[in-house]
Amino acid sequence: MFKQAKWEEPLIYELGSGREGIRFKEINDEFKKILGEISIPKEIKRENDPNLPELSEVEVVRHYTRLSEMAYGVDSGPVPLGSCTMKYNPKISLKLSTDKRLQLIHPLQPDSTIQGLLKALFELQNWLALITGMDICTLHPAAGAQGELSGVLIIRKYHELRNNLNKDEIIVPDSAHGTNPASAAMAGFKTIEIPTDNSGNMDYEAFLSSLSYKTAGLMITNPSTLGLFEEKIIDVAKAVHEKDGLLYYDGANLNGILGKARPGDMGFDIAHLNLHKTFSAPHGGGGPGSGPVCIKNRLVKENIMLQDLLPGPVVYYDENDKMYKIRWPGKYSPGLMKSFFGNVQQLLWAYTYILSLGPQGLREAGEMAVINTNYFIKLMKDSKGYSIPYGSNRYRKHEVVLSAEPLHEETGVTAEDVSKGLLDSGFYAPTIYFPLIVKEALMTEFTESETKENIENFAKRLKEIENIARNDPNEPKKWPLNTAVGRIDMVKANHPKTITPTYRVNYLRSKGLRGPLR
Amino acid sequence: MEHKWIPNSSNEIKKSMLDYIGVKDILELYNDIPKEILINEKIWDNLGIGKKRPLDEIEVEKVIDDILNNNLIFKESKLFIGGGAWPHYVPAAVQYLAERGELLTAYTPYQPEISQGLLQILFEYQSLMADILEMDVVNASMYDMASSLGEAFLMSYRINNKKKILIPETINPFHLSVAKSYTSPHEISLVTYKVDPETGYADIEDLKSKSSDDISAIYLEYPYQYTGVVDVNAKPIGEIAHSKKALFIMGVNPTSLMIYKTPGELDADISIGEGQPLGLGLNFGGPYLGIFATKWNAEFVKQMPGRLIGMTTTIDGSSRAFAMIMQTREQHIRRSKATSNITTNSGLSAMIAAFYVSLLGKKGLKDVAEATWYRSHYASKQLSYLGFKSPLFKGEFFGDFIIDVKTNFEDLRNVMIKEGLLFGIPLSKYVTWAKDSWGLLSFTEVHSKSDIDLLLDKLKKIKGE
Ligand SMILES: Cc1ncc(COP(=O)(O)O)c(C=O)c1O
Repeated sequence: MFKQAKWEEPLIYELGSGREGIRFKEINDEFKKILGEISIPKEIKRENDPNLPELSEVEVVRHYTRLSEMAYGVDSGPVPLGSCTMKYNPKISLKLSTDKRLQLIHPLQPDSTIQGLLKALFELQNWLALITGMDICTLHPAAGAQGELSGVLIIRKYHELRNNLNKDEIIVPDSAHGTNPASAAMAGFKTIEIPTDNSGNMDYEAFLSSLSYKTAGLMITNPSTLGLFEEKIIDVAKAVHEKDGLLYYDGANLNGILGKARPGDMGFDIAHLNLHKTFSAPHGGGGPGSGPVCIKNRLVKENIMLQDLLPGPVVYYDENDKMYKIRWPGKYSPGLMKSFFGNVQQLLWAYTYILSLGPQGLREAGEMAVINTNYFIKLMKDSKGYSIPYGSNRYRKHEVVLSAEPLHEETGVTAEDVSKGLLDSGFYAPTIYFPLIVKEALMTEFTESETKENIENFAKRLKEIENIARNDPNEPKKWPLNTAVGRIDMVKANHPKTITPTYRVNYLRSKGLRGPLR
Repeated sequence: MEHKWIPNSSNEIKKSMLDYIGVKDILELYNDIPKEILINEKIWDNLGIGKKRPLDEIEVEKVIDDILNNNLIFKESKLFIGGGAWPHYVPAAVQYLAERGELLTAYTPYQPEISQGLLQILFEYQSLMADILEMDVVNASMYDMASSLGEAFLMSYRINNKKKILIPETINPFHLSVAKSYTSPHEISLVTYKVDPETGYADIEDLKSKSSDDISAIYLEYPYQYTGVVDVNAKPIGEIAHSKKALFIMGVNPTSLMIYKTPGELDADISIGEGQPLGLGLNFGGPYLGIFATKWNAEFVKQMPGRLIGMTTTIDGSSRAFAMIMQTREQHIRRSKATSNITTNSGLSAMIAAFYVSLLGKKGLKDVAEATWYRSHYASKQLSYLGFKSPLFKGEFFGDFIIDVKTNFEDLRNVMIKEGLLFGIPLSKYVTWAKDSWGLLSFTEVHSKSDIDLLLDKLKKIKGE
């Protein structure tokens, strides 16, 4: 049985004081003798000491160890969060990506001093291009959403350079991740949402009628967030290109077709990858990730190629100087997306993953992810409480979206209740209430890392929850019981009078120095 | 192909699963992909991905070892270089905690009841930053300082709908490039105000003359990362912004705030910063940590990008609890109307910063700040005795400063590399306002007096030759 640790661990602020967690032995004494006391102009001198902890090393380590015991990652058990591709994060990659020899490389070291690293980054760029069927990649963006923003900025620049200033619409399917419309808006575009048809494809007629001279591009993830391959993708690509639009591939779901089909062959012009999904870099409790962007190198206009619009550095090999060099973006690029080269630790995770699996292993990973999904679907087929809306007879790829709507209608038990029941048995829950087009959605993705037994137990637990809900619909409302805490008061969490984003607010409020958040 | 990371990949298990699904050939599961784009196995295997075959762990380690050994690695004490990322000591306990699997391999805490520990650490990160900055609201992280800056400018535009932002001439050039990428689609113009060529402080007259009623914000970098100068005019600059109903945005180094006035005290509306100094390695550029903070003002908090963790209780009131709050700002709910597209952020970096600040604590962090001040001031003085113009700007500085070596700085730097020291940044490669003879140097607690004296000796030797 699962029972999570419950430590009632105080805040770091509440743990006592007067100790030292690190001792820099008289670190400044020698300098004081020469320079005297620090002299800072009074206009900018801090007079008070900040309210920070004073704890010994053992206290700090225990505090955070206890807290980590009240967290749950892939190392703890299955995390079937749909669209998040929570695959195993290999320990050899952890060892290598945290190597001191990488930790010490400064981002502005001359290229000539980092030939080993640049060679690896150059290879990774090429491998990602081959895997996606694109021509050239920049490893620069910090996450998927930043890759998307880079992509739509490229689209914007492309039309600007071609003097098509009235192209201000980006088409996205209604099953798209929220980052797609949000990225389009950040790049100054309007988004046009296309409904999904019963077979789970983007509604082709609706799509065609949304196309116009205003169409700047299309953003789509394929397989979609329903886990379904867009069957008309080649026609879709042609239609967008006929209107001089560009196609953007949201690579969050690449695991579903890894080694089987490539966005470059489908007609996409720009694609991002989530190395923290498909390529095994960890999610770190929310990040950091890495979202390389790859393009098909087409002509923009005289002498300007699409690669000139990449918003990040690219490594190349200079035949004359016989060395690897970094090409920073030039005048046609929208600019950088972050400081420096990219999230290099994550890049090294991906490099190690590709090296370890090779092309055969990558294909195996993709295939097993798909087998796991369809195995799970088959296990759930006889359930009355959960349905699988859209394309019900189609095979899914990396994920499947179950709907708890039948159970909800029958018993009032929601997808949220179901997910709490899963937590109680030691599973993390699927992504819930997404995509928005599925009611009571339980979006489930096992990846290739999950064992057959865990998938079976997960399905069994879902059915058990269904039975409990039928017997006593009130019981699921009390879940979870085996986690560190029970359900959380979100009204209090968000109310202007009680909202507490920092300890400082809590403290100042208790002194009467902070009123409601107005 | 069976692989240890793919537990169902043995032929036996795989076949049993395919049988149960009811397909004979795995390709049936891909029957909706148009034939013309299905990639043939042979072709795929020979594209040139990886080494065209799987490598075992021993082989992998050897390849990576070669990669890491094929660089010139300088120890912390030989890195005299900043410019947006600085060498600092990463304590072993911090590194250890960063590798706890429950944290490292977790996703964003969508299910709070099973993620309380993760949520509490992120809440503590927000709180520790709030106390360093003296700002009330800090989000759970952005990618890095540059993207925080881009988002701060967009936030300012959403708040007052004005399209001009004043930025300092000596702004970090990487930040400037990112800020342009983020703001250019909205036709926000970034207008530069001058700094005084003597002191490096903002030229207040120039700033005033450019502060029209249509400015959305004034941005101050504090310290300026490419001069090291800490601007004594911070307060008047904020007052000018507020007199024009514009926001005052401050970009900070969290370490320096142990000894300099904080954005909270200086009445900044938004404060951003680079968290890399707080226990994150250099790692050739990332991942780092974008700090993002604002005031206790509902309008500002509602316009804030990124995730926020809040402290509350369980519904039955029996225990304290933590959860993500104000999610209606975010992309998964608000889609094209969201305050930002960010979702994956720098969660682990934020946790590392929390470990680091907790471990060093009030005293340790102040020691680091003072050490940074002392070492840079000592080095600057000694360099001037060697006949360099040092520091070039006479204003107050912290950690970094510019020297004029009167010959080509990059050439000198290359000679120093041969001596085993990474000696600063040739500024003119990165900014338009610098001469070829200017270099940006950086000193922190990792440089002992003998490390600095060694540097001085080498310079003396080179100059003598
Ligand atoms: C379909 C899809 N697109 C885009 C994203 C955004 O990627 P990231 O979280 O790396 O910014 C995600 C994941 O959150 C996703 O699932």
